[in-house]
Amino acid sequence: MSGVHAHALHYHGHSPVHRLAPEVKIVAMFAFVAAVIATPTRAVWAFGFLAAVLAVAVGLAEIPMGFFLKRLSIEIPFVIFALAMPFVGQGPYVEVGSLSLSVPGLWGSWNVLAKATLSVGASIVLSATTEVADILSGFDRLRAPRLLTAIAGFMVRYLEVVVSELGRVRTAIAARLGDLSRRREAATLAAVSGTMFIRAYERGERIHQAMLARGYQGVMPAAAAPELPVRWSGMVAWAASAWVVAAAAILTT
Amino acid sequence: MHVPDGFIDAATSVGTGVVAAGGLGVSLRKAARALRDFHVPLAGVTAALIFALQMLNFPVLPGVSGHLMGGALAAILLGPWMGAAVVSVVVIVQALFFADGGVSALGVNVTNIALVTAFVAWPVFRVVLKILPKTRLSAMAAAMASAFVSVLAGSFAFVLEYALGGVGGAPIGTVLGAMTGIHALIGIGEGLITATALGTVLAVRPDLVQGVADVELSGTDTVPTGRAVTTFVLTGLVVAIALVLFVAPFASPHPDGLETVAEETGFASAAQEHPIGGPLADYQVAGVESETVGTIVSGIIGTVIAFAIGLGIVAVSRRRARSA
Repeated sequence: MSGVHAHALHYHGHSPVHRLAPEVKIVAMFAFVAAVIATPTRAVWAFGFLAAVLAVAVGLAEIPMGFFLKRLSIEIPFVIFALAMPFVGQGPYVEVGSLSLSVPGLWGSWNVLAKATLSVGASIVLSATTEVADILSGFDRLRAPRLLTAIAGFMVRYLEVVVSELGRVRTAIAARLGDLSRRREAATLAAVSGTMFIRAYERGERIHQAMLARGYQGVMPAAAAPELPVRWSGMVAWAASAWVVAAAAILTT
Repeated sequence: MHVPDGFIDAATSVGTGVVAAGGLGVSLRKAARALRDFHVPLAGVTAALIFALQMLNFPVLPGVSGHLMGGALAAILLGPWMGAAVVSVVVIVQALFFADGGVSALGVNVTNIALVTAFVAWPVFRVVLKILPKTRLSAMAAAMASAFVSVLAGSFAFVLEYALGGVGGAPIGTVLGAMTGIHALIGIGEGLITATALGTVLAVRPDLVQGVADVELSGTDTVPTGRAVTTFVLTGLVVAIALVLFVAPFASPHPDGLETVAEETGFASAAQEHPIGGPLADYQVAGVESETVGTIVSGIIGTVIAFAIGLGIVAVSRRRARSA
């Protein structure tokens, strides 16, 4: 996993999709993914239409193709996994050259490839057009448990701090112990995990004290995000088109 | 371990989603009651740390790497409720922002990676610690055992979900064998990291460890090395394997419980022998009575063989690289 930095997920822009309220985009993303999952595997044509629906969103969001494809490459490990299915699946089998491939396995590969690609694409559109803090406030407005979004908010805020601290510790290990074998490195990193936990805990304590000093009373104040227009109509039309495709596919197979 | 979209069918995804939401809701409530308002920044920073540690991969087989899942470590350090809540947040953020694990598979991933691991690791840790003498080394052995068992439990949860609504028609025995074998190895790595990390925390701030909050531990104040490491690793593994072998027959009074489920759901309707046979064909070891145990044993044997071959390849290629 490379792109750890939350801001690397975001593609700065002023497209109509960027300017939508985050809760609208969250609902749209979940509705689209649900339509993708509900579409029967063998309705191959339907996935073409769903890809077109996704392409409309990518186009409206003015996300460059290179950025989109680079983020999409995160699913490569799953692709490799999916490609193994025809070799371990059950019969009937189909002969391709000298290989005997499982037919249900081939359909399984197709199912994972098509559905994972479309779903990951939809989540890329969301994270590319919405700042992480805005996504979290969108979840708040959708009545997700406050505690959950608050923990997630702190996590995202301190992710970069913790990751860079881990990087510094590894540099320090390399400087003091030189080129370690994989085994020694793993053992050292395991001990470091413990130290890192103590640091995280103490950091949590300090943050809490700082919050108390600033008048924290047990509830996080609402993020001062600029109010974005809540336009449900466009989103409903977009997600409905995905559902029309899914429904047609279900009815015809 | 992160399941992508399209791997588990819609009905099973929704079902596990309900399970995950319920478990997470209870965990959040219990965690909030236990720690008052102090928990929010602490939980957030710990979640960030687990996310960071999950990015450190360790090699399992050539080409296959495992990473810390953190469910056991979080449960032992923070208690089961808070541990489950923190790892759930990690899994949710990974799916929504980093596209790691499917959005529709959120229920599956939260259940397997956060809830099952935390709620299995905690009782195992507490029971093993109760049995062993109250020393730091015992706590580390208990951590080793509970992490190992929790990873296996997480992989069993996946196999169960795959049996209920998996896509691709892989025979359930094959899935069980492959998952158990690979996760036995990942479990050893998870156990080593969990135990070592716990040892460090116990040496510096034992007051932070919820799992030993009511236990007086004796032992040195340093991180164990050399023979002490061998002691806790072997104790932990022996306890873990004893637990697995002892619990497995009880867990499935029907020796082929999963197969039964598979047949009832029409999953195994097209069951057919794979044309390629072998000594471990159908993932059974001759002479082992229960099918489930036989599958697990053959999975572990198969993985160890693959592991040995892999190590050989790595050793040879290293020697080549050095002489070149």
